Amino acid sequence: MDYSSLAKQIRENIVRMAFLAKNSHVACALSCADILTVLYFGILSIDPKNPHGPRDRFILSKGHAASALYATLAERGFFPAEVLDSYCTDGGTLTGHSTKDCVPGVEVSTGSLGHGLSIGAGMALAEKRGNGKERVFVLLSDGECDEGALWEAALFASHHKLDNLVAIVDYNKFQGFGKTNDILNLEPLEKKWQDFGWVAGSVDGHSYEELERALKAIPQEQGKPTVLVAHTINGKGVSYMENKLDWHYKSPNEEQYQQAIEEIRSL
Amino acid sequence: MRKAFCDSLLEAAEKEESVMLITNDLGFSVLEPFEQKFPKRFLNVGVAEQNMIGVAAGVAHSAKKVFVYSIVPFVTMRCFEQIRNDVCSANLPVVLVGVGGGLSYGTAGLTHHSLNDIAIMRSLPNMEVFCPGDPAETQAIMAYLSTSQKPAYLRIGKGNDPIVHEKKPDFAPGKAILLRDGSDISIFATGNILWNAREAAKILGQAGLSVCLFSMPSVKPIDKEAIHKAARETKAIFSIEEHSIIGGLGGAVAETLAEYKDAKPLFARIGFPDSFCKEIGSQEYLRQAYGLSPEAMAERIQRHIKESL
Repeated sequence: MDYSSLAKQIRENIVRMAFLAKNSHVACALSCADILTVLYFGILSIDPKNPHGPRDRFILSKGHAASALYATLAERGFFPAEVLDSYCTDGGTLTGHSTKDCVPGVEVSTGSLGHGLSIGAGMALAEKRGNGKERVFVLLSDGECDEGALWEAALFASHHKLDNLVAIVDYNKFQGFGKTNDILNLEPLEKKWQDFGWVAGSVDGHSYEELERALKAIPQEQGKPTVLVAHTINGKGVSYMENKLDWHYKSPNEEQYQQAIEEIRSL
Repeated sequence: MRKAFCDSLLEAAEKEESVMLITNDLGFSVLEPFEQKFPKRFLNVGVAEQNMIGVAAGVAHSAKKVFVYSIVPFVTMRCFEQIRNDVCSANLPVVLVGVGGGLSYGTAGLTHHSLNDIAIMRSLPNMEVFCPGDPAETQAIMAYLSTSQKPAYLRIGKGNDPIVHEKKPDFAPGKAILLRDGSDISIFATGNILWNAREAAKILGQAGLSVCLFSMPSVKPIDKEAIHKAARETKAIFSIEEHSIIGGLGGAVAETLAEYKDAKPLFARIGFPDSFCKEIGSQEYLRQAYGLSPEAMAERIQRHIKESL
């Protein structure tokens, strides 16, 4: 699978959406673009022609990175890429935080942090009790790990041995006011998950090989949910956005947009 | 009402395989029969209410009909955003069952009182709100809920609510139930204070007033037709509930009346004042202290009529 070309197209669309809509959350969408690429093109058992059929579920719990999910779903063929231009526009189709069924493939409405893992755990439990084979993948942000509800879900998932549930933390090291661990320290993060009964591992969230290897090895241990702490770079792929807090809030102007596209194409 | 709920739920689960029950570690000595009979359809999530609602939503996504059982504040307020985002916005078949409506947990203190729940649940799109007035209404509502595919809030009393209906009431969402016909004033009552409302109506009747009394187990949808008709045909309307006077049944009736052009009867809300409960005591004691006994309510209604009509 040529993840690299797919991810470039997804990144281009993410930046284009931010540019057209004059909307942001662009850096944290770019940070998870490679994770979404590997999930949607190498891991998830899904059929864009039958979005409600038997399938693996993906929940974007960090709903503010909706542009990354929309760009990935379009690339995977869930809907035409033109729809992406209606992101955050008056009378448009795509909301700034993902809304269930606003386009085919969006499983739940997210945007308030700390909800997705509970919903995913409920889906995973229903599968287990019904002897189903579907798996549930939930993408969390690092700032989201501040939420108490997330840890309620973490306790629940291990207690119920939900080895069909996978959490991925997009650990891009930034949240609202600055560096994640300056605002509320999460470390040691993997150990916290382990102490909550999960199998925890870390990967380079921009390495297709590492992501694919880890995600294909699910469940890493029978009877335990798996979490991957994916170390990522906020704004990955656009030099002036990388590790800069303000691209949580800003959208590129014309000149910055052109530069971003050139940089992404030459990745 | 708790027993009526549990019996009805068992019946529903026997008929319908998709029925599942979730609790946050509450319901000791009440939920065991369900747990024993349907172990794979029972789930105690522990004392974690936000997760409870998220899990309920996730399970409901898989074509399950989910009942979530807890004491009112913990299944409405503690997890309000999960109810709004995860259940209501997705329009999932999740029924929130709140035990201890109003002052049922009187001595337990304000953390366990439920005086704002109807208001917040009523404000949620897709949500239906049902407050049975006795065990018979609870059973009738459960017959509807066991097959409904919408989100709903069922606010029940506790273990010792008196029976008002001698025969099975005719329940439908959005329909008032006529308990007593009359031509002078109309009373709309909801929830576990129904018995007191009926006794108040009796007192008023003995005092020479012709009183029309409706039970309103369905607060949302509300029976606008019944309220409009009462506005046209009687001179005064009163709402009665064991809930804050803000936003509950009184709010719903007030909204309906304010937008009705054809008649403007006298209207007053009888309920709990806009305050926290300052007294300590049983439900019965607190009802006396806050003017919610049959005698006190009848007196308030008579005073209103005397002052304004």
